[in-house]
Amino acid sequence: MQLTVGPNQFFWKADAWSDFYDQMAKAPVERVVLGELVCSKRLPFYQDRIPGAIETLLAAGKEVAVTSLALVTLKRERKLTAGLIDAGVEVEVNDPTTLAYLPKDVPFSVGPLVNVYNEGTLGWLADRGATRICLPPELPLESVTALAAEGAARGVTIEVWGHGRLPLAISGRCYHARLHKRTKDNCQFACEDDPDGLTVRTLEDQPFLAMNGVQTLSDSCASMANQFEVLRDAGVKALRLSPHTGDFSGVCRAWRDRIDGRLDAAALSETLETLSGGMRLSDGFLTGARGADWSRAKEGEPA
Amino acid sequence: MVMEIVCPAGTPASLRAAVKAGAHTVYCGFADETNARNFPGLNFDRDEMREGVKFAHDHGAKVLVAINTYPRAGAEAIWHRAVADAEKSGADAVILADLGLLAYAAKHHPGLRRHLSVQAAAANADMLNFYASEFGVKRVVLPRVLSVPEIAAINAETEVETEVFVFGGLCVMAEGRCSLSSYATGLSPNMNGVCSPASHVDYHDDHGALSAKLGGFTIHKVGADEPAPYPTLCKGCFSAGDATGHLFEDPVSLNAEKLIPQLVKAGVTALKIEGRQRSRSYVAQVVRNFRAAVEAQAAGRPMPEGMLAQLTEGQAATAGAYKKTWR
Repeated sequence: MQLTVGPNQFFWKADAWSDFYDQMAKAPVERVVLGELVCSKRLPFYQDRIPGAIETLLAAGKEVAVTSLALVTLKRERKLTAGLIDAGVEVEVNDPTTLAYLPKDVPFSVGPLVNVYNEGTLGWLADRGATRICLPPELPLESVTALAAEGAARGVTIEVWGHGRLPLAISGRCYHARLHKRTKDNCQFACEDDPDGLTVRTLEDQPFLAMNGVQTLSDSCASMANQFEVLRDAGVKALRLSPHTGDFSGVCRAWRDRIDGRLDAAALSETLETLSGGMRLSDGFLTGARGADWSRAKEGEPA
Repeated sequence: MVMEIVCPAGTPASLRAAVKAGAHTVYCGFADETNARNFPGLNFDRDEMREGVKFAHDHGAKVLVAINTYPRAGAEAIWHRAVADAEKSGADAVILADLGLLAYAAKHHPGLRRHLSVQAAAANADMLNFYASEFGVKRVVLPRVLSVPEIAAINAETEVETEVFVFGGLCVMAEGRCSLSSYATGLSPNMNGVCSPASHVDYHDDHGALSAKLGGFTIHKVGADEPAPYPTLCKGCFSAGDATGHLFEDPVSLNAEKLIPQLVKAGVTALKIEGRQRSRSYVAQVVRNFRAAVEAQAAGRPMPEGMLAQLTEGQAATAGAYKKTWR
C-alpha cells in the first residue's frame, strides 16, 4: 500500500507551506500532490514556492503531481488550468475542465473531486490517459471493491481517501467572506485564520462541518485506520493523507507503521486522535450508515 | 424568438398539466435511482413515459428524460436500460451527468439527443465545448453558481445551447459535487437522487420551539408561530466562530423572472423551472406565468410584474447568483 500526501486544502502562510513540503520530502510517503485546490485567490501568496518544492520532493525520490482547482470558472482560472502541464510533473485532475487542456497522449491522474462512481467512467478516463484515480470519499465499500477490480483490469492505480477532513462541497460563494460580512472579491483572506478550517456547529453545539473559503468540509477527520485490511484486500493500492497542521510527518509515520504491521487499528486511531489535536475520527462513508459515523465509536459516543 | 420554457413533471398528471398550461418542453424521469428526484410516489414507469411523450408530442411539446444520477458501480445496466427505454419512448433528449454514461449513450444511442445535466456542474465555456466535442452534447444546463455576465461570456464562446434555472429550489453548492447530504444521512443526490431526504428528518418540540434534525444533526429551530422551512442541510442554521445563523444560505428559493430580458441578451436558449416534486397545480401556474413572460418579452411588451411571489411557499425569493451581490 502506497501513501500519497494530497494537496493542502487550506490557506497557509508561504513559510509554513514551504516548511511543510520540506518535511514531506523526509516523510515515509511515496507520492505528493501539491498546488492550489480550493481558491485561485490564494495562489499568488505561494506560487513562486511551488517549483522549489517540486524540485526538493523529486530529489527526495517522491512521485510528484500538481493539482487543478476544484472549480474552474473565471478566465484567469481557465488559463491557470491550461498552464498546469508546464510545471513539468503529472497533473491531477480535480475539475473535469482540466481534461479539455490535456493533450491526448499525456498520462494524468484523477483526484477525489471528480465523479468516478462506476466502471464506465473509470474506463473512459483510462482510455483518455488516466493512470491513477483517487476515488470520491462518498463511495461505499461495494463500489470501492468493484472499482479497484476494474482499475486492476485497466492498469489504473486506485487510491482512497485515508486521512483528513473530508471535502464535502465546493461553491461559487465564499463562506468565510460571508461569515465576516465581506464580499468574495473583498474577502481579505479571512480563511487564513483557520489553517485547518473553521468548525461549524449545530444549534445543539454539536461539531458538524468545517468551512474553508468556498469549500465545505466535514468536522470529523476521516480515517481508514480501521479499514486498512479491508481496502488492501479489495485491491486498493494507495491511501491519501490530506494535510493538516501539527505533526503531519507523525501522521505519515504512524500510517507507515500501520501498513508495515507495527501498529494495529486501535493504536493508530489513538495516535491519530492525539496528533490531530482531538479531532473526532470518521469512516462512515465506507461502511457506516452515514458519512459522519466512526466504526470504532464507543457506546454512548456518536456512532 | 420566444425562449423555451422547460417544466418539471413528477407525474403523468403533472406532465399533462404542464403541456396544457403552455410548456414548450417537459422534463421527467423514470421511477428509480436513475434520476435526481428519486422521491416516493414520483416519476414514470415505462408505459407512462411512452404515453406521456405521445401526449406531449400530440400537443406540440417536447419531453426530456433526466437520467442524471451517477450510475452505481456494478449496476450500470440499470442506467443503460434507462437510456435505451428513453429512446424507445420517443423522448426528444436525455439529460445526463456521468462521463461514462455520456460515452455509452453517444456510442450506443447516437441518434438520441444528449443534454448535460446541471449535476455535471459545467461552469465554463471550455467545459461546455469539451462535452460537445467528446460526447456530442447539444445543450448544457448551467450550474446555479453563475452570474448573468458570466453566462453571457460562456455563450459568446460556445455553440452549445444553454439552459438556466429561473424558478424553484436553489443549490448553493456546485451541483453534483456535494456530499453534505450523505455525510449526515448516507443518501446523496449523486448516488441516490435525493438531498436531505424526508426519511431522515425528525421534528421535535424543544421547550416550545420546533427543532428539525437531519440524520441526527439539528438543522434549525423555529418558534411555535414561525414558518418552519424544510430542513435542507445547506440552508440550515449553524454557528461558527462568534456567529450564528444561515452560514451557507438563507432558506430562500430562486425567482429570476425579472431577469428574463437579461438572460435573452446573454444568449440563453431555455429557461428551466425546478420542482418535479411539486403539485400539478403549482406546475401549471408557474408554467402559465413564465410562458406569458417570455411571450411578452418576445413581443416587446412589458413583463408582467411579480406574478409568482405567492408560489415561493412562505420562503423569501432571490435572484440567486445571477445577481451576484456577494461577488
